[in-house]
Amino acid sequence: MSSLIDRARSLDEKYRIFNALTHEEEPTGRGLLKGYAVSVKDNVCVKGMVSTAGSKILTGYVPPFDATVVSRCRGQGGFILGKTTQDEFGFGTFNVNTTKIPLNPHDPARSTGGSSGGAAALTAVADFSHLAISESTGGSISCPASFCGVVGVTPTYGRTSRWGLIDYANSLDKIGCMGKTVTEAALLLRVISGPDEFDSTVLRDPVEPYDEMLDTSIEEVKVGVPQEYFGEGVDPGVSEQVWNGIKRLESQGAEISEVSLPHTKYSLSAYYIIAMAEASTNLAKFCGLRYGLHQPLNGNFDEYFTRVRSAGFGDEAKRRVILGTFTRMAGYRDAYYLKALKVRTRVIEDFKHAFQDVDVLAAPTMPVVAPRFDEIAELEPIQHYMMDILTVAPNLAGIPMVSVPCGRSVGMPVGLHLMADHLDEARMLQVAHVLEVT
Amino acid sequence: MPEYRLDKDLVRHVAEVAHLELTDEELERYSKQLETILQAFKEIDEVDTVDVEPSFHPIPLENVYREDVAEDWDWNPLSNTEHKEKRYFRGPKIT
Repeated sequence: MSSLIDRARSLDEKYRIFNALTHEEEPTGRGLLKGYAVSVKDNVCVKGMVSTAGSKILTGYVPPFDATVVSRCRGQGGFILGKTTQDEFGFGTFNVNTTKIPLNPHDPARSTGGSSGGAAALTAVADFSHLAISESTGGSISCPASFCGVVGVTPTYGRTSRWGLIDYANSLDKIGCMGKTVTEAALLLRVISGPDEFDSTVLRDPVEPYDEMLDTSIEEVKVGVPQEYFGEGVDPGVSEQVWNGIKRLESQGAEISEVSLPHTKYSLSAYYIIAMAEASTNLAKFCGLRYGLHQPLNGNFDEYFTRVRSAGFGDEAKRRVILGTFTRMAGYRDAYYLKALKVRTRVIEDFKHAFQDVDVLAAPTMPVVAPRFDEIAELEPIQHYMMDILTVAPNLAGIPMVSVPCGRSVGMPVGLHLMADHLDEARMLQVAHVLEVT
Repeated sequence: MPEYRLDKDLVRHVAEVAHLELTDEELERYSKQLETILQAFKEIDEVDTVDVEPSFHPIPLENVYREDVAEDWDWNPLSNTEHKEKRYFRGPKIT
């Protein structure tokens, strides 16, 4: 047993980070990730390692193949350490919608954020070279990165292959990365990006060596501050730290201006309608037949599938399947699903319009710092969803975003969110890097 | 948007369509929660979407083709199931 695996096990006992941990020896690979342990969010398949996406319905599922992003890491010398805890299928903001709930290393009475909670917690506490493969549908990289004080990069939709991802919502899912520094997260992004014959939605644009492009001036880079992202509900302590960060960018030569994204308010409802509709179709494949939770084959087709699904899905998964099925049903589809897709067009137009005048947008990642578990227990489902108000719009638009640590409020980390136009990851990361080193 | 109410009967019906059986407690709880969520979603009615196309994807996608040639696949699709017989999945009765 290696000391690295022992160390990972001891961190898991303290912070509940892993759903599965490797038994293999340490790495000896060559390449860009030589010497790095790579953790993988549980919804990304790793060959031979139990992968459940945090759901009981995938109990015991052992993928017979690696996701493309995983095989790319192996190809560059990375050592696959284990599968990190998450909300069931990514359905959550606080990583409490699952059986193994990770704890925030900055205060174990608080949430890591979700849904990539285990990835963020491990990135914060790893005292060895580590990078985390994570995934976002509506903010699942940015939110936990912000709450745990690490760097989280969500790339442009289609920059990374989704092959081998246990999907939540196909038009929204993006596999991305976390690291302790912008440079490390940029390195992992470089490794996992690019075309893949197994995913036709991957963009074929050339991948840049993001990690080698960071040491550059941001003189005259135009940073837009969307006024809607500092409104009611944003904690004053969070606002203050984010404004301090924006002023640091200004002191390094960036030009700061206020911009407006007028459909921000509506992005939350549009996002949840679309995400739940897509989730309800994606989750149709879980029926206890080919993998995961099985039961004795009693009763007919409908009875068997209903029994397995009712036993295997958690509360939030059931809510989303029911709502998603409802908004796609004849008679309701135009009013909810199609309407939401049209609102999405408006949200995308907002960003495209803003990027005619500015290069990146800067805002708080989350309206609050990581809440305590006793506070979360008091929230209704709709109040959980409302916490995503600052992250869902860029996710609906499929633009890249990065959450960078930016000071503290009440002793907990605050994240500053930078967003850029499609495929402008390099410039976005350059600005993020300045925040980190100044 | 017309007034839609997700009352208990409708929630039970939708759950059946989605192959979910709810307990009485779940039905009671979800009906209240889903009603609140649906009320909140109604705000998208305020957005003018006349002549606006729906965005099924965030960026335009192109079809990608390859030659229709079979390739070897080195993993066994039956490796994760308990319900199998010889080279086949075994399923519940169709009737």
